[in-house]
Amino acid sequence: MTSIEKLKARDALMQSIRAFFHSEGFVEVETPIRMKTPCMELHIDAEPSGNRWLRTSPELYHKKLLAQGAEKIFEIGKCFRHGERGDRHHPEYTMLEWYRAGSNYDTMLDDTARLLRNVGISCNLKIFTVAEVYGKFAGWNPVEHFDADRFDFDMVEKIEPNLPKDVPVILKDYPAECCALARLKPENPKVAERWELYLGGIEIANAYSELTDPVEQRARFEKWGVQRKALGKTVYPIDEEFIQCLETMPPSGGCALGVDRLLMALLGTTTLDDILPFRD
Amino acid sequence: MYDVSELKKGLKIELDGQPCVITDFQFSKPGKGQAIYRCKLKNLSTGSTFEKSYRSGDKVDKANLESRTFTFSYHNGDDFVFSDNESFEEIHLTAEQLGKNQYFIVEEMEVDILFHKDKALDISLPTFIEKIITDTEPGARGNTASSNVQKPARIDNGYEFSVPIFINEGDVVRIDTRTGEYADRVSKA
Repeated sequence: MTSIEKLKARDALMQSIRAFFHSEGFVEVETPIRMKTPCMELHIDAEPSGNRWLRTSPELYHKKLLAQGAEKIFEIGKCFRHGERGDRHHPEYTMLEWYRAGSNYDTMLDDTARLLRNVGISCNLKIFTVAEVYGKFAGWNPVEHFDADRFDFDMVEKIEPNLPKDVPVILKDYPAECCALARLKPENPKVAERWELYLGGIEIANAYSELTDPVEQRARFEKWGVQRKALGKTVYPIDEEFIQCLETMPPSGGCALGVDRLLMALLGTTTLDDILPFRD
Repeated sequence: MYDVSELKKGLKIELDGQPCVITDFQFSKPGKGQAIYRCKLKNLSTGSTFEKSYRSGDKVDKANLESRTFTFSYHNGDDFVFSDNESFEEIHLTAEQLGKNQYFIVEEMEVDILFHKDKALDISLPTFIEKIITDTEPGARGNTASSNVQKPARIDNGYEFSVPIFINEGDVVRIDTRTGEYADRVSKA
């Protein structure tokens, strides 16, 4: 495809995503791309931009909006991750992120199924727990005995290659150690209320029942800061406004979806080369 | 040393003392997890293929490879003897090591030999050589016959390959040494 053909396909997808969220009563928001401090996660590195950082996701601002009373919001925009480059990664990419106040990761799953239907992917979702697929394809249970290194390697070498490719797949209920910004299951704190969507064996979206406990959130940021320091990575200052906003943020569900990869799935390709008009 | 982030397809690295080439490379980052660099590798010494994954920050040795230009000197039994263009040092390669290349080596031919430490791994010949056809069925008339119709032919050292039907004994043909296939006719008998 020429650059303009790729952009036409993208334009059609953008229109159907926006039409879907507007029909569901969501407000499209714009939040800053340059941030005083990015969201700290163990394995996600931000690109510096002058005395600011380019966002790795709009998550922190969206939660600030939820704390101020926003109910249903979405944003489509560029996000940036340092050092991520390959057939399925590009340091600059397009993210769709949406949040619903008063909901959880199950509601996000319903949203996602309807969104997929709206953009032309109309199969039923196949849902597996993380414990289930690790038991089946890797022969161990990371929820009971977590091993971070083995978890990541097995995900790439044993789990992802064995997921069904003809239907959308959901992996849900991650080990608590992989909670990121998700809350732990109230009835089973070994599990985080988080799921990921796969299309054709490629990870497309990540959703949480959002963590709203400021004490727990601060503890997680501090832990990742220590781990990042040990790995020789930049330790980002904690966004105090964000921690404070969790005091008033309602229980919410949120989902982040890679638009470039969704476009790849729709066009039946497995490399970004086929859908990006220009590569960095 | 390479940092794992420098790895790419075609790069030659050293693993457990063995020279290897990366034949396929994939950057992976499972949701929220660490970056994993998946490589498909081929052992340049044994030809065996395998997979290996690296994590961020891993270091990989560069392959200790050196290519030197040699000239073919003489046969010694089944061995082919080449002399280094600079040092005149001789190296013996067996017919088995040379594989199909043994049929395309001619007097005074310059070749590039790839070494890992002191072991010859691979030999690169000039892409085309010219040889006289010593044995083939009589050809069809004329020059214009379709080259789609092929027949077997042999050169002086017994190498057998397919040529177009219009080729005759005594014709000089060009052979592509990369594939061992007929390329074109240089002159008629």
